[in-house]
Amino acid sequence: MSTTNVAVDLALRMEAVRKVYRVGDSEIVALDHADLTVAPGEIVALVGPSGSGKTTLCSIAGGILSATSGRVVVGGTDISDFSSKELTAFRQSTVGFVFQSVNLVPFLTARENLLVVDELGRRTGSAARKRADAILGELGIADRANNLPSQLSGGQRQRVAIGRALMNEPRLVLFDEPTSALDTKLGEQVMTVIRNEMKNRGIAAIVVTHDERNTRYCDRTVHIVDGRLEGTSSH
Amino acid sequence: MKIALRELVRRPSRFIAATGILTLISLLLMFLGGLADGLIAQSTNAIEAQRGDLLVFSTASRNSFVRSRIDSSLREAITSVPGVTEVGGLGVAQLGARVPGNGPRDLADVALFGYEIAPRGVPSSPPDGQAYADSSLKADGVRKGQTILLGPARTPVEIIGFVSETNYSGQGSLWASLTTWRTALRANRPQEQLGDDVVQALVVNVDGAAHAAAQLIDTTTGATSSLTVREAIDEVGGVRAQRNTFNSIIGVTGFIALVVIALFFTLLTVERTALYGVLKAIGARSRTLFAGLALQAVVVTIIASIIAGGLGLILDAVIPAGSVPYQLSASRIVTSVVLLLFAAIVGSSFSLRRVLKIDPASAIGSTS
Ligand SMILES: Nc1ncnc2c1ncn2[C@@H]1O[C@H](COP(=O)(O)OP(=O)(O)O)[C@@H](O)[C@H]1O
Ligand SMILES: [Mg+2]
Repeated sequence: MSTTNVAVDLALRMEAVRKVYRVGDSEIVALDHADLTVAPGEIVALVGPSGSGKTTLCSIAGGILSATSGRVVVGGTDISDFSSKELTAFRQSTVGFVFQSVNLVPFLTARENLLVVDELGRRTGSAARKRADAILGELGIADRANNLPSQLSGGQRQRVAIGRALMNEPRLVLFDEPTSALDTKLGEQVMTVIRNEMKNRGIAAIVVTHDERNTRYCDRTVHIVDGRLEGTSSH
Repeated sequence: MKIALRELVRRPSRFIAATGILTLISLLLMFLGGLADGLIAQSTNAIEAQRGDLLVFSTASRNSFVRSRIDSSLREAITSVPGVTEVGGLGVAQLGARVPGNGPRDLADVALFGYEIAPRGVPSSPPDGQAYADSSLKADGVRKGQTILLGPARTPVEIIGFVSETNYSGQGSLWASLTTWRTALRANRPQEQLGDDVVQALVVNVDGAAHAAAQLIDTTTGATSSLTVREAIDEVGGVRAQRNTFNSIIGVTGFIALVVIALFFTLLTVERTALYGVLKAIGARSRTLFAGLALQAVVVTIIASIIAGGLGLILDAVIPAGSVPYQLSASRIVTSVVLLLFAAIVGSSFSLRRVLKIDPASAIGSTS
């Protein structure tokens, strides 16, 4: 917010992050030697084949999973050694998620789905309601505020999910294949919305995608193959 | 919490089955409780109505009217115990009565009480040969002004009025003078050799604490067993057994409610695994999610209890008096609701571990 602040914290700093899944006796290295920084307000596209570790990286950056080793610092907070309780509070206050499959609460309206975030944290009541209405307006679904998810189209639902991710004024939003369930045209609309929202609010984001075409809505593209991050390209 | 309540309002159909079953269980609980209260009241109302702090029996009687004998000298000894303010004789004879004009089934079981201190709801002792009858005897054809014949000796007693809720040992009570009682007992049980000064028990009023007075009376006389009215109620034959039986059935019913709630909310939790995963991913604590679940269990239970309480009261009004000994009191409704709420909280807590185990990572993974 303050432009006079010289030492602005990075939105994300991952250093030598490694993630090993244990399945029975075997180990799967999903992420290895992962170094990644995301500047405040920067949108990074994360591109890689299926099973390359994209979801794992997002989960660790967002405090849903703990890394096996390495450091993870989000908005100046080192979450590497957080307990699961601390991670829960961290997720509530600092990051936003948009999942691959739309995961709205089915019996709540679009507006209420946004307000869930407020109910889970320190309640702000009318401030949260104002914020929810403003976000729904920006996302172009103000007229759908009182509709249940079942009454919304796929693209509208994904917008509600984006709105929910913005409710807690996050430092970083993680989008895991946000357009994979949408057709090309709707996907492009949603990517436009994502770009506008992030840029207007100065929020950093990682957007996981299969689709190279989506990378043009991002500032930078990072490729991942077999759990290893490869050279970045700027746009 | 708000989410949990909204789900109840917006998706009532998911909770209808559980609410229905819990309503039936709650109704069963209230019905069993009302039945227990009604049955026990039928056996003990006569004692409960006694206007006294204590009931004094002779030691050898083991607190039973039938075997208890208190003569005038023992009565004087009790009367002179410091703190004793009032003493009244009491006797009961359980007999079969012939009710004229009641067709071939003209026999009614009665408990003829002779009394001095009028119990609650009973006028003062009537002239010899007359009695007030408990209104439950109307079902046996007993009418005001009628003379009924007691026991094999057919001792006549004229019914001069009715009183209510004074039954004893499941029998309709008759309230008469001590002389009337003695006459009937002597005629029908000649072997009893009852002196003119003898009663079976004394209703005693005291200054100060009843328990201390009871002890003082018993140590002073050395020949009495003094009980508070509450204690005397438990001594009525069969009351303890009835109470224990009903309490165990009620306990089992409560346990069934607990199992139903536990199963239902476990199923709901399994069904909601994905949703809970998402909510955890966006920062919901397990505690919050579980509190919502427990709240739903409590609300469902309260709704079931309200419906059941209404049905129970309707049942109470509809069941004809005297047919089923069912008496639903406010305290019974409250006890049933408390028992069910306890079952709801304990039952839903079986889902706590499941809620704790749900991994927020399940929300973001493309698998599953
Ligand atoms: N919970 C898990 N347990 C075991 N292995 C997993 C788990 N999640 C992911 N993996 C494995 O880790 C690797 C990376 O998975 P993921 O991060 O989901 O990749 P992507 O999102 O790029 O498709 C894959 O080989 C996958 O099978
Ligand atoms: Mg993935």
